[in-house]
Amino acid sequence: MEPGLYHILFISAALFFIGVYGFFTRRNLITMLMSTELILNSVNLNFIAFNKYLWPGKMDGLFFTVFVIAIAAAEAAVGIAIIINLYRSHQSIDVASAEDLKY
Amino acid sequence: MMSGSTILFYLLAALTLTCGLLSVTTRHIFRAAIYVLFALIGIAGLYFWMEYEFIAAVQIVVYVGGIIVLIIFSIFLTQQAGEKLAKPALNRQLFSALAVFCGFALTLLQVFQHDFKAGTEAAVLPTVANIGNNMLNVSESGYALPFEVISILLLAALVGCIVIALRSKPETK
Repeated sequence: MEPGLYHILFISAALFFIGVYGFFTRRNLITMLMSTELILNSVNLNFIAFNKYLWPGKMDGLFFTVFVIAIAAAEAAVGIAIIINLYRSHQSIDVASAEDLKY
Repeated sequence: MMSGSTILFYLLAALTLTCGLLSVTTRHIFRAAIYVLFALIGIAGLYFWMEYEFIAAVQIVVYVGGIIVLIIFSIFLTQQAGEKLAKPALNRQLFSALAVFCGFALTLLQVFQHDFKAGTEAAVLPTVANIGNNMLNVSESGYALPFEVISILLLAALVGCIVIALRSKPETK
């Protein structure tokens, strides 16, 4: 069987939930950031697949993918700046050490 | 008999999913970053497979060349060499796997029950010329406004990064 839309949707769903699993189980901020990158990539894959197989006459999915990539880059940069700042003040990037706001 | 394109598709899918799974389960943080790198390369390969060459190139340049390098730098800045990550508690692993499995099953059930209707209009090829024309087009189907908004967002994010990560001087404390 020739791979088509459903195959891509299966891959992106699997990748999304792999990212969610990583986000649930990891307690290190950098690995949690990696998990969110996986989740964003699965969304991009969906946009491109829908664009190719369902609306080939438009390029909306493609542009949304470009914008998601740009926002992911901004998000990663801001996230890593925050992580480095947290490491400077707490000497750890575990989420358990970032609970000062609780009290 | 499978064609070369089909075999390539399954190879890319296996690369992406295996590396994704390894990256969330390995206990070495540096290896996790490298596995994410290969998962992203696999996704770029899938974009190539779908003949969206521009997006594949953007994926490789921005993710593989930019974000992963940034993540590796931050690992070097914050992590002691050779130190393993703490193992997550067993019940957290168990319940996360359960929740993820249920969500995955539910999503697949919905996706495979749904009958997607393909559009009938003539295909617009995702060539760089077409993308450029649409991206800077100010008429109804153009993307000039979101493009400008994203530019402002990127600028704000970069300025924000510098402000956040700037070491505050001792006398200002």
